[in-house]
Formats: sequence, C-alpha cells, structure tokens
Amino acid sequence: MKTKKEKEKVAEKTNGHETITGAEAILRVLVEEGVDTIFGYPGGAIMPVYDKLLDYQDQLHHFLTRHEQGAAHAAQAYAMVTGKPGICFATSGPGATNLITGIANAYLDSVPMVFITAQVVSNLIGTDAFQETDIIGVSMPVTKWNAQVKKAKDIPETLAKAFFIARTGRPGPVLIDITKDAQFEKLDFRYSKCNYLRSYNPDLPLRTRAIESAAIMINHAEKPLILAGHGVLISGAEKELLQFAEKAEIPVALTLLGLSAFPTAHRLYAGFVGMHGNYAPNLLTNEADLIIAVGMRFDDRVTGNLKKYAKNARIIHIEIDEAEINKNVTVDLEINNDARDVLRHLIPLVNKGTHENWIREFRILDRTESEKVIKPETVPAGGEIKMGEVISLVSELTKGDAIAVTDVGQNQMSVARYFKFSNPNSLVTSGGMGTMGFGLPASIGAKVGKPEKQVVAFIGDGGFQMTIQELGTILHYGIAVKLIILNNGFLGMVRQWQDMFFSKRYASTELVNPDFVTIAGAYGIPAKTVSEREDLKDSVKEMLDAEGPFILDVRIDREANVLPMIEPGASVSEVTLTYK
Amino acid sequence: MNTQEFTISLFSEDHIGIMNQITIILTRRQINIESITASESAVKGVQILTLVVRTTPEMVQKVVKQMQKIVEVLKVFVHTSDEIIYQELALYKVRTTGLMSGNLIDRIVRDHNARILEVHPEFMVIERTGHKSQINDLLHLLEPCGVLQFVRSGRVAITRQVKELNAYLEEMDQANRQRPGDPESFN
Repeated sequence: MKTKKEKEKVAEKTNGHETITGAEAILRVLVEEGVDTIFGYPGGAIMPVYDKLLDYQDQLHHFLTRHEQGAAHAAQAYAMVTGKPGICFATSGPGATNLITGIANAYLDSVPMVFITAQVVSNLIGTDAFQETDIIGVSMPVTKWNAQVKKAKDIPETLAKAFFIARTGRPGPVLIDITKDAQFEKLDFRYSKCNYLRSYNPDLPLRTRAIESAAIMINHAEKPLILAGHGVLISGAEKELLQFAEKAEIPVALTLLGLSAFPTAHRLYAGFVGMHGNYAPNLLTNEADLIIAVGMRFDDRVTGNLKKYAKNARIIHIEIDEAEINKNVTVDLEINNDARDVLRHLIPLVNKGTHENWIREFRILDRTESEKVIKPETVPAGGEIKMGEVISLVSELTKGDAIAVTDVGQNQMSVARYFKFSNPNSLVTSGGMGTMGFGLPASIGAKVGKPEKQVVAFIGDGGFQMTIQELGTILHYGIAVKLIILNNGFLGMVRQWQDMFFSKRYASTELVNPDFVTIAGAYGIPAKTVSEREDLKDSVKEMLDAEGPFILDVRIDREANVLPMIEPGASVSEVTLTYK
Repeated sequence: MNTQEFTISLFSEDHIGIMNQITIILTRRQINIESITASESAVKGVQILTLVVRTTPEMVQKVVKQMQKIVEVLKVFVHTSDEIIYQELALYKVRTTGLMSGNLIDRIVRDHNARILEVHPEFMVIERTGHKSQINDLLHLLEPCGVLQFVRSGRVAITRQVKELNAYLEEMDQANRQRPGDPESFN
C-alpha cells in the first residue's frame, strides 16, 4: 500500500511535470547535470535543502567537512581530478563568507565549480537579519558569475545557467544564493540544460589565419620553446601537445598549474618555469627566438621582471581568455581560442623539425642544476632528511601513478620540482592564490574523485594546522588519503625569504607544534614520525601500503632553502643556483 | 604616464549588478570614473552604460577586455573623444538679482545656446547642453552673479561606426542556431 506521502506525490505529477519544493528542485537539477558528489556544511537557512538531501542519498553523496573552507577546497580538488564541476553547499552569513577563500582560489586557477549558498528569507534581505551577508556583493570579484534566487520557479533556469557558465570557456566558480523561502516554495519542475546565452559565447571561431601565421613562425624558428599551462589540461590537449612538440621537436616547459600536462620523463621536457623552477627553461627563456605559450597567463611568478623577459623571442599566445592576451606580456601573435582546437589545426601545418643544438643547451644546464641542486636535495650524502628526497622517494615508489596534492610554500615548490608526473591531472595545488591550508581538504576531494588512485598530500607543518580540523572528515568517511607532513618547525618559505632578504630576522615564523601522531591517534588515523634517514623508505612504504588513511610526520632539515630561485624583481636569466 | 580621455560604451543585458562589476574592474586598476550614465538602448531589454575615464591607451584596452568578460555584457566599445558625437547637460541655479544687470541674459541665451527653465523672484534655473569646456565657460560667466547650485550630467555619446548593435546581436543569435546540442564537458 502506498503511503499518504507517495500518493500525494503521484497526484502532483501532471502533464509531464511535477510540483516540488525549491529545495528539491535544487537537488533534481544536480542529478540532471550528472552530479553525484557534494561537499558542504549545513546551517539554518539551508536546512530545507539538507532535509531533502536525505531522500536523495542514493544519487547524491554529501560529504560533511568540518569547515566551509574545507568543503570549497575539497570540491575544487574533486573537480581538478575528475574534470566535473565541483559542488559545494553552505548556509547564509558565516557559512557563505567562509567559502570565500575557496572560491577565490578556484577563480584564480580556473576550476569549474558551482557554489550554492542559502540566504535569509527574502523579505528580510537588506535588514541585517540574523546570519545575513550580502554574499552576492562579497563574492562578485571572485566568481565568474553569481546570482540570487528569491522565487522557486527561477531555480531550474538559474542553476542551468550556472552549470553552463562554470564549465565552458575559461572555467571558473559560480555562486547561486537561494533564499530560504524559495527553498520552501513549490514550483512546476521542468528542466532543460542551458547551452546558449546571447551575451556569453564560449565557442570562439577558430582563428585559422593566425594559426597559419603561427606555423610559419614555428617553421622558421631556430630556438623555439613551448610554455604550456593549465589550459592544456582544461581543454584536454595533452596528446596534441605531445604530438606538436614531437613533430616540430620543440622543448616543452610547464607552469606550476601546467604540471602533468606533459610527461616529466619525456626527452623534450624542459622543466618547470618560474621563481623556483628549473634552471634551463628559466635561463633559456631569454635565449629563445620564439615562445609558443599555450593555455598560460604569464603570471608574475613565471616571468620575473617583465622588462627583461623573453626579449629575444617573438611570442605566440594561444589562450581562450582574451583578457589574458597582452595583459602582462605584449605578444607578437595572438590566437584567442581553445588550446586543443588550435593545436589540432596547427600540427599538420608545422614541419618536422630538428633543434638538436638548442635541445643540447637545455641538457647542459640540466646537468649543472642536477649537480648543484637536485642531487644534494634528492640523494644527500648525509645530514638531516631533505624535503626533496621525501618527495622523490614517494614519486619513485608510486611509479608516477599517484595523485600528488600539495599545500603552499616550500612543500609545494619541492613537489613541483621533484615529483615525476606521467598522467594528466595528477597534481592538485593552489597556484594563483597560494592558499595555505589547501592541501589537507584538497586531498580529501581528490581521493573522493579518484578512489582508485593513491592520493599523497605533501603539507608543511604550518599549512597542516590551518585546516587540521578536516582530519575529522577523513575519520568520518574513512577517506584513505596519505598525508605527509614535511615538518621543519617553521613557516618554511617565509623563513627562507627572511633568511635571504630580511637579514635572517625570523619574525613569527618558528612554530611550536603539537605532537601530530597523538593528534592523528585522536582521530583514529594511523601515524608515524620519521626523523632518521634509514627509517624513511620503510615508513613511506608502510604509509603507501596502509589500506586506510595514514599520516607520516617527517622531520626534515629545519633551515633548508628551496633553490634555484629567481629573486623578486630579478629576470628569469638571473636565476640563482646556490645561496650562501 | 601618457593618459587621455576615453569614452566606453557598454551594452549589456538588463541585469542587477553590472555597474558593480564594472566599478570593481576600474577600482582594481585605480581608474577614476569621470562620468557615468545608464539608460535603455534602442534595443529593448539592452542597457547602455556610457563611462568616461582617463587612463593610458594600453590600460583602457585591458579593462575593456575585462568588462567584455562579464557574462551579461553584450559588447563594449571604447573611443577617444574625437571618434564620437557626445553631449553633456548642465543646470545652473543663479540669483535673479545678479542676472538682471546688463545684457547678461541675452548673452547667455544667444552666445551659449542656453535655455531658461524657471524664473523665480529669488533665482533662475538655466539649462545648457554641450561639451564640458562649454559648460564650464558658462559657469565662469555666471559665477559673479552668484551660482547657488550647479550640476552636470554624465556624458551621452553616439558612435560613428556603421555597424550597429543590432548587427552584433544577430550574429550572436546566428551562432546559437549553428550550435550543435549540449556543450562539451570540462574535459
């Protein structure tokens, strides 16, 4: 026999549409958009949505984090490893404002995300009601788009637009703020996906003539260099990048967010560019006669001093976001299109090339960097454990199949330098924003998105404590992440700058830390401290072999600096290999 | 820095918050808005904002590209003052006694193409349209008489280009008709 509730539901189904509440409509849209995972945190204004979520548990898996910021970072990491938009729920007021760091982080790193925040009842908006924040105003500078919904009937269309905008063009976070009364109100639910907005056209006509010009420039270049960024991963152009580089025989350097778009072990891999990047690609940026920039935005951490950047090169900029072209670096040829579309069209137009002498220049500089920096860092003769050797060991033991997650600072730069990537989208890091505290919640999102993968997070002792409460989320859902605390008892990167540029005055960078193993124990997470080199390999193996989560607290060289470095204000060709 | 005056004409969907987004873009780049006006355009439902800013040619291109990125923005044009036909409107409230001396009213009406909107024993209200310099000239002329209030509108501008917004809108709709099915996912 049908319950009263079910009968009501059937009665409401008329003419191919149903009458449901706004709260349920939100969940129905998510299902229609192929969402199955949500990260979030409830509160007063969003209670109708959470209540309905109980009825959708088999279709929508909600992960309750321990702070909204954690939910935002986890959802971003989920999006980065799956390619699907990250979904995040929060309540009004503090719930919504706690998301802001996470939203800004996703905005700077072009990650598709849909944030759904609840708002106070519509007639209270503007009255400084309890837990009311103007989240539309607050989030405007850090979202690709945002909108407020006060009527249940507007929910499907607004959310359809939100998904369309978040994942097309240059992806980014969108925020939809829905009042509590709109969640309770009923509507006739009908849904169709959005694929067109008059004022927003992400499908740009292919600039074929510009691509033809690019081919001519490439075919005549003697010292060409490809600088590839996150856009390659976003457009899924890794294969095309490989084909293009191999056919024209051009070295490929990657930005931080571009890492894993090209295999680290490939003979044409030139290295990672930027402030702590590899020696050869930084130095040779100023030797190149042609730079082909693909899906990257000439961030200041990549270019160093713009007045002395790539002055010998003509620059081709392949970029989907027109506002990034000629923003920091004036280019000679702009191709305002999707990276994959351009590379597909370009490959047949370029000649088979040989740049043997040019590539040899990279290898010579690589040897210098290897002798002076990489070997002492990854296979040190003695002394305390080095950050680089831990990362290099994990990379070796996971055979390039793991997803590396980082926090921000020395740990992040060392992963970028020493982890060997072979699969696309296998690095999750906070690039543009440089958000400390990103790593721990991001590892949760990465593991939820790719449960079959080993997810290893490298986090400093400072950043670990910024979002340490997310250990509760790991406990709650038994998320099998492997967390390595690269513990030097300092806010390492700031200390490095104090060492190098502030006469070694260590202002507020030394930490008094808790015993991380005891903390892990309280959360039921197996953990271990390693301070001796001879224990390192076995401990890492033990961590990797553990079925559930594991925390490895590695005591590393307290005052080591990440090198090479392009000092602030210096040119890419003034990269220093040694300090002191 | 080589700054000059630019008039930005921005066409957008009628959506709450566009002005806010534009000011965010300009504020980040420390660009002051010299004047701003908003109205509905010749196309129903399409809003036009006219902004006057003073900055470098390079910077204006950068901020215009940022404005063009706003989802609801249809099209942004940027022009130097000699590329457009523009007007501003000003109202002057002047002491009646001050104005009654000599042939001042005659000069105001004839030489400055001004209109008298209201006459009151205490004050008169005068209207003048023109460029900023012309409006200022009249202000200087009236100052000895005692200007009680003075207000100038933002710039309104018409572009000289032949291709009108309608043509752009049609192109946008054309692109829609050619679009196959659902958009590709993020990957």
